[in-house]
Amino acid sequence: MNLNCPLPTNGVSRIITLGHGSGGLLTHQLLQTEVFDLLHNDWLDQQHDGATFSLNGKVAFSTDSYVVSPLFFPGGNIGDLAINGTVNDLAMCGAMARYLSLSFIIEEGLELCLFREVLRHIKAAAQAAGVAIVTGDTKVVERGKGDQLFINTSGIGHIHPRAQIHHNRIVPGDVVIVSGEIAAHGMAIMSVRKGLEFETEVCSDTRPLHEMVGKLLDCFGEQVKFLRDPTRGGLASVLNEMTEATKLGVMMEENSLPLNEQVAAACEMLGLDPLYVANEGIMVAIVSEAVAPTVLGALKGMKGGEQAAIIGRVTKEHAGKVVLESRIGGHRVVNFLPGEQLPRIC
Amino acid sequence: MKYISEYRDPQLVKKYLHELFRVTTRPWTLMEICGGQTHSLVKNGLLDMLPPQINMVHGPGCPVCVTSVSVLDEALWLAQQPDVIFCSFGDMLRVPGSSQSLLHAKAAGADVRILYSPLEAVQLAVDNPTKEVVFFAVGFETTAPANALSVVQAAARGVTNYSILASHVLVPPAMEAILGDPDNLIDGFLAAGHVCTIMGTTEYDPIAAKYKVPIVVTGFEPADLLQGILMTVTQLEKGTYKVENQYARMVAREGNAMAMKAIHEVFDVSDRMWRGIGSIPESGYEVKAAYSQYNARLKFNIQLPVREEDPDCISGDIMRGHKKPVQCPAFGNRCKPEHPLGAPMVSSEGACAAYYQYKSSV
Repeated sequence: MNLNCPLPTNGVSRIITLGHGSGGLLTHQLLQTEVFDLLHNDWLDQQHDGATFSLNGKVAFSTDSYVVSPLFFPGGNIGDLAINGTVNDLAMCGAMARYLSLSFIIEEGLELCLFREVLRHIKAAAQAAGVAIVTGDTKVVERGKGDQLFINTSGIGHIHPRAQIHHNRIVPGDVVIVSGEIAAHGMAIMSVRKGLEFETEVCSDTRPLHEMVGKLLDCFGEQVKFLRDPTRGGLASVLNEMTEATKLGVMMEENSLPLNEQVAAACEMLGLDPLYVANEGIMVAIVSEAVAPTVLGALKGMKGGEQAAIIGRVTKEHAGKVVLESRIGGHRVVNFLPGEQLPRIC
Repeated sequence: MKYISEYRDPQLVKKYLHELFRVTTRPWTLMEICGGQTHSLVKNGLLDMLPPQINMVHGPGCPVCVTSVSVLDEALWLAQQPDVIFCSFGDMLRVPGSSQSLLHAKAAGADVRILYSPLEAVQLAVDNPTKEVVFFAVGFETTAPANALSVVQAAARGVTNYSILASHVLVPPAMEAILGDPDNLIDGFLAAGHVCTIMGTTEYDPIAAKYKVPIVVTGFEPADLLQGILMTVTQLEKGTYKVENQYARMVAREGNAMAMKAIHEVFDVSDRMWRGIGSIPESGYEVKAAYSQYNARLKFNIQLPVREEDPDCISGDIMRGHKKPVQCPAFGNRCKPEHPLGAPMVSSEGACAAYYQYKSSV
């Protein structure tokens, strides 16, 4: 990654100004030279107000906004998140993303080279996820009214023919699997956040999960009952949402949670609970007991699934609650987080 | 994770538990002083694993919980002054003052920053010469040295736009206040390991002798806590009342001389108002006259009316060990982390928050 700005060329601003959002010549130039030339495809090349395409069969539709600070962090950047995040939201519905919209809200003063760098990552991430960016929008807001760059992506994709993902299919005895180590993304962001910087090699886990989901559904179809990517609020929030919706319980084992040692140490130091820390490249799968070991084996054989683990079971007992068996055999409830996790005093 | 995982070893935990069941013959009420210990007990599910005769009550050692409403109002007032950057440890932001919390003030436009170290606040002052940077210097003896150093460093660097709002509290006077209470129920104490890392253990000798109560300086991991409880109960069963040190890997009897020197350089011992408990003589630190230009109270001439805590909050009873969080009529209904009546429900080390977060009907 090279973030050094080149010297300005004649007549071209090094920063994005309100004029770039005016709809006039500067907007046209910005879109043409920075966006369309880079991301071009049949839809974008039309430079129309929207994209037209045909879709057959059942589809999923999702949207998400990305407001991460700083824009670049160990292991990724806002561009990767904007593509992978929406691709993953669709994947959790059992859908393979096909078309994305891409909208920017830019704070005036953003360096053009940073914007360009984000766009390069967007292009690479979209290619990796096999998704086409077919429409978009760019707005510029006054300085102080944004935080450098916000991105929204919406996506649409075909549902896998064997997908039957719904929490009402979960029954006691089903097995809870996570596809990788938890809490890496949140701690990577924390390690570079102003005022809280600490030295670590922790990297964000941002990655698209559509292939992993596709393979699972190919092999196990309706035996996969529930998929969620535990982003904001982490693993604990996803499981609490599930238990609240199903009125079933979850018994989780602390010993089984895949947690990188550096991430664990960083959480320990800051007084944060990794169960509530954000992830961007793992998923929680709830599957039938009968196929759980095979699903685990399959996940471990996939890229990004090497650290997958069975972390618990769905129970009839303690309905609506997630309970964790601690390493030493004690039990505690894992609740929703009441607000933001705040670093402790001592 | 070395020096942590060893103390989470299930076999070691089993061994201490077995021994604890063997030595315990009578009911005993023990208080763990520190909120970090409370959270570890609850988070690891230890409370339900102890012999039924052992009643653990949760002490006043959560700096967020004991900071009075009046001090929080001072913090809020400072944060809302023009050109002030108000810096705090993260936990303090959610605690309600008499009208709102620092998080609310931040959302409404105050420049409130979460920092890990007061030394970063000094740098922030250097980087923002047109602003006044104030650090919210809360905590027990544990955080006092770093806060003191920030003042020493600011003075040495000639930084004039930095000050601290000191609200330090001290453990031994709080223990004496609890033990001196005619309704005291506590038979033995787990003293706060990290406080003793700074201050050593000698100041507990006269307390153990005067009140005939065993005090065991204890760490925070499951095996630490169980060993501390075992050492305390063993003394109680034998009828001895010594100060012992379970946390010897961190705590030296004489403490940390350099850290104490920094404290004494900058702070004087002063009376302090404790939330829910009231004023305890000589139970806090205030900035010395020699450093008065770094005392935010004097620098900004703060004069606010003294406010009372919410009368429905029984935090005083909880922090003196008279009641458990679940015995509060407001617990879990009118008082929840998202709308707390008092600080123990907010802080990551508060006893009520620990019960609410980890223990609600397992």
